[in-house]
Amino acid sequence: MTHRINRRANLLTLGLAALSLSAFSLTAAAEATLKIASIQELSGGGATVGNNFKNGMDLAIAEINAAGGILGRKIEVTHSDSQSNPGVAKGLAQKAVDDNVFAVFGPGYSGSMMVSMAETRRAEIPNFTGAEANAITAQGNPYVFRTSFGQATSMPKVARYIAGKLGAKSVAVIFVNNDFGKGGRDMITKALGDLGVKVVADISTDAGQVDFSAPVQKAKQSNADAIFVYTNEEEAARALRELRKQGVNKPIVGETVLTGQKVIELAGEAANGAVAHVGLTVDAPNPLVGKFKDNFVKAYKYVPDHNGIKGYTSVYIMKAGIEKAGKLDRAALVKALHGLKVSAAKEPGVLLDLSIDDKGDIDRESFLVEVKAGHQVVKEVLPALSAAAPAAPVAKK
Amino acid sequence: MTDFLQLLFSGVATGSIYALAALGFTLLWQASGTINFAQGEFVMLPAFLMLGFAAFGLPLLPAFLATCLVASVLLGWAFKRGIADPLLRHGLMPIVVATIGLSIAMRNGVRSGYSAEAHPFPSLFPDQLLQIAGVTVTVGEIGTLVLALALVLGTQAFLARTVTGRAMQAVAQNTDSATVLGINVPRMILYTFVINAVLASATALLVTPTYLAKFDMGESLGNKAFFAAIIGGFNNSRGALLGGVIVGVCENLAAAYVSPVYKDAVALVIFMLVILFKPQGLLGRRVERKV
Repeated sequence: MTHRINRRANLLTLGLAALSLSAFSLTAAAEATLKIASIQELSGGGATVGNNFKNGMDLAIAEINAAGGILGRKIEVTHSDSQSNPGVAKGLAQKAVDDNVFAVFGPGYSGSMMVSMAETRRAEIPNFTGAEANAITAQGNPYVFRTSFGQATSMPKVARYIAGKLGAKSVAVIFVNNDFGKGGRDMITKALGDLGVKVVADISTDAGQVDFSAPVQKAKQSNADAIFVYTNEEEAARALRELRKQGVNKPIVGETVLTGQKVIELAGEAANGAVAHVGLTVDAPNPLVGKFKDNFVKAYKYVPDHNGIKGYTSVYIMKAGIEKAGKLDRAALVKALHGLKVSAAKEPGVLLDLSIDDKGDIDRESFLVEVKAGHQVVKEVLPALSAAAPAAPVAKK
Repeated sequence: MTDFLQLLFSGVATGSIYALAALGFTLLWQASGTINFAQGEFVMLPAFLMLGFAAFGLPLLPAFLATCLVASVLLGWAFKRGIADPLLRHGLMPIVVATIGLSIAMRNGVRSGYSAEAHPFPSLFPDQLLQIAGVTVTVGEIGTLVLALALVLGTQAFLARTVTGRAMQAVAQNTDSATVLGINVPRMILYTFVINAVLASATALLVTPTYLAKFDMGESLGNKAFFAAIIGGFNNSRGALLGGVIVGVCENLAAAYVSPVYKDAVALVIFMLVILFKPQGLLGRRVERKV
């Protein structure tokens, strides 16, 4: 009997020793690097979004590591592919939590983010995302931080342009029937309504839809003063082609996606004349953004879209947050990020001055661009929404 | 009325694309009793081959011819030798499963081996608009329609009027008697597979400017083509054309007059109606087969 107890005790000590050993090696590894997880749409419908974001992140990480890391720690990133599928994204978020990473970046699809952020919230891990659906920060998750405008910030800016400079009284809205599209439709309808503009056609389309003749027909029939197109990249290109084909000569307005590089590449000439509000563009009249664009092109041999900038700046936003907190602690980082103000003069990696509010929404200046001869041309620089309350010259017209 | 015509024409143009892909289904079935569920991917791969040749500086038409050659070997000969030959003698089910597997492999092969993003594809026709009776059409749509029609009717005529075509049909109907009649059965079946590969390449040339070259472009195309083939009649090449056009037009009209949400269900509903009331398809003949 005693013999057996002894044996059990021996096993116990052995187990404990092994445990402490592995714990020791874990802390040793964690001390060497700062582990972060990136969950992006590397394939599927969001492939353009995810690959740009990933490349942007990698560029920033290489720069930061070359300069000595954050608080002396090098960043170590693991990229994984959500396949643009919410189920996969949720599983990958769980895996990131199991891996005990310091922060999670992505996913960038709103539908995926809505389900995966529950995992990072439970584990109290800061989660940076390029997703734009309004509901993401509206539900009060303190661990979520946007890297671009949410729809609640961007749509009022778009609405101001439509009601002001365009002087439109009615708008046809073509949107994609997913979380991203529906969120945008709701916000633009509300923002336009606030300015007295009526949505006269509310046209739903499918993700992956090939033939846009029917939606465009409906928009045409509504005889609206302007057409607002809010879909993902490939569908936006097809919509633009069909709009041109059916000879629509009303202004075509979008938010970010509509004038993206990939859309211009896919739509060709049909993209010319499309106008969109973009939170970020590589063509911004800003020397830091220009330098980023050059570095990106040198590294990856193509011109990034706004998602590349999101990925790049997201890592620098984390860096600024950690440096403000002064220590590598998740709770301290979350606290530091809420109410964070970073100027590009102090931290050039964020490219543009920005502030983060207590919900994790970001605010900074943005741009109104038009596609001319296959290139985004910045028509106007719009001030940050918080600074813009009185300065809405377009709305007064 | 103009709106209706516009929708109708767009539907016919989309439908002719479905019809071309459906033609591959009916052809393989008629001549060799094979159902190829990788038909959509058989269109996707040539699209990327053409992009590949174009990257080496070949203009579109030479790139297309080179692609036809590669596709004939890869999607014709190799597909027959590697998958169809060893499995067909075990009945239909193994080949159905194998081609579903093949489609997944091809899709993911292109995704991980080349790119998961959509790529623009040069159009065979000028990007020009025409106004006919108030309806706006592109030269590309008319060209696609005409070429698709020509390919379908050409294939039909080849099967019905030439000695080789008749031999191919004989092989499909009864392999044993065909052998007794002195027909070189393996060669006839190989012809079928090669023709299918060339047709798929032609489909790729016509549809990719609209669909964009993407690893999953064949998925919905393959599905719609399969429905179109069943609706039109699996053993009739003209049925493929009719089925494709019906699916294309009904989809478009339903999206405009009912709701875009139900667009994809339309093909399925017609499919079920046909299966219930005319299982041999609209133009198909009733054929007794040994099971």
